[in-house]
Amino acid sequence: MKKRDLISKRVRDISPSGIRKFFDLLASMEDVISLGVGEPDFVTPWNIREAGIYSLEKGYTTYTSNYGLLELREELAHYLKARYGLDYDPQSELLITVGVSEGVDLAMRAILDPGDEILVHDPGYVSYMPCTILAGGIFVPVPTTIEDDFKVKAKDIERRITPRTKAILLGYPNNPTGAVMDREELVKIAEVAQRHNLLVISDEVYDRLVYGVEHTSLPSLPGMKERTILLSGFSKAYAMTGWRIGYAAAGEEIIEAMVKIHQYTMLCAPIMGQMAAIEALKTGGTQVEEMVAEYDKRRRIMVQGLNDIGLTCFEPRGAFYTFPSIKSTGLSSEDFAERLLLEDKVAVVPGSTFGQCGEGHVRCCYATSLAEIEEALERMGRFVKRHRSI
Amino acid sequence: MKEVFRILEQDARKTPQQIATMTGIPLAEVKKAIKKAEGDRTILKYKTLVNWDKLGEEQVWALIEVKVVPQRDVGFDAIAERIYRFPEARSVYLVSGTYDLAVTVVGSNMREVAAFVAQKLAPLESVQGTVTHFLLKRYKEDGEILGVEERPKRVPIMP
Ligand SMILES: Cc1ncc(COP(=O)(O)O)c(C=O)c1O
Repeated sequence: MKKRDLISKRVRDISPSGIRKFFDLLASMEDVISLGVGEPDFVTPWNIREAGIYSLEKGYTTYTSNYGLLELREELAHYLKARYGLDYDPQSELLITVGVSEGVDLAMRAILDPGDEILVHDPGYVSYMPCTILAGGIFVPVPTTIEDDFKVKAKDIERRITPRTKAILLGYPNNPTGAVMDREELVKIAEVAQRHNLLVISDEVYDRLVYGVEHTSLPSLPGMKERTILLSGFSKAYAMTGWRIGYAAAGEEIIEAMVKIHQYTMLCAPIMGQMAAIEALKTGGTQVEEMVAEYDKRRRIMVQGLNDIGLTCFEPRGAFYTFPSIKSTGLSSEDFAERLLLEDKVAVVPGSTFGQCGEGHVRCCYATSLAEIEEALERMGRFVKRHRSI
Repeated sequence: MKEVFRILEQDARKTPQQIATMTGIPLAEVKKAIKKAEGDRTILKYKTLVNWDKLGEEQVWALIEVKVVPQRDVGFDAIAERIYRFPEARSVYLVSGTYDLAVTVVGSNMREVAAFVAQKLAPLESVQGTVTHFLLKRYKEDGEILGVEERPKRVPIMP
């Protein structure tokens, strides 16, 4: 069989990830400092781990309801109410997913028909485009720029609306830029969605990781709960990436559609992770705050350090990423990342991985120890000095 | 401003400049606050937590429960002072419960610690009795875990 026939057109349509080659390079190198990770460097707080262990000891090793444990959904409903004033019925409007990753996939497949367009800010998280393609939809990037601190504008979204537009996707606080949306602009986007009868998928997995600003949860805006699929999870806030627990919150009809897919493709999220997530919601509040305070210190050191070595960097207010401009080197983001790795042994992610508008930038994650951040900045300083083009 | 001291408590080698960047507090204010704290004994001293086991240094630690008779007017303070002035006493706490003072003592061997208890501590007039617990193994000290904790590696590049 020829390869062309072996693999479906849909999968072939997904372009291979540009960072594959970095895996190979990294595997052969030592003493590399990585600013390329996409997860907390904290271990899950002990009380949450302990709850997971205890659930195993007690023999919780079964499937759960397709929707997830009712107790977790109830805790979640309380949490969303207390935090954002959101009212979701734990029986029918909440679904526990295997990370936000599954949530994105389910949301796309639940709402997109072949040829339906979805508007997504560029740059954005890497899974949005492939999930759109796999769902048969058409991915329409909406450019954002450093001049606007990479916040997407309502008017730029509205300009790209066609009769086939079905939804807007927002992923803020943003990976890779660290941008956080202002409430005023979100209100305008909400108005656009209502005016054109669009759904909004809001990936708020970094909602807790904001520094000196407030995160506005999209469905909390007037009239938005009905048309929003809120996706979030435990990976980032509670340092629980490996537990694979996320959730979707939306109107009953949409959740039912998502459960329809989830029950056949995933059945349910792992019970051990769900038990740990209950503990996280019950007692994890202060620990999140402590981790956020720690990230904030590193964020300031990194932003200052990058600007000092000539990689201009706007101040990111969320997630754990900085997104400095590499213009001063004249290198493409892939070249920059590859050479920096080979010559000075620091791993960063090329901005182009996250969309065309990410070109000219690299993503540096500060979810790593201060000592490593400082050493990485020193190495990057040497690198930039050698490659300064202007 | 408390944040300045939290940072220093974690790592006394952080410079005022680094602390200023980390907190967003102006450098001059950070310097002033540290200077003032050094002056008024808010900062007692800067020291290093050493894992002496690694250096092959024999150290014997003991936790000593001391039962005392409080004295008129000065309560436990006078006897506590008698004890904390000995350099062998690393820490001295007044505690609630079945005894009164908790004293940690360090020596280079058991004999030395025993001698301190027998000759210095126990004979004190208001000391009614002592119970000595020798430490067998230290797992965690000042919030730091002493053994090598194996940390699973993260995937170095993850978008
Ligand atoms: C914006 C964004 N959404 C979703 C995810 C996936 O998170 P989860 O671990 O919940 O699947 C990530 C992980 O990096 C992310 O950055």
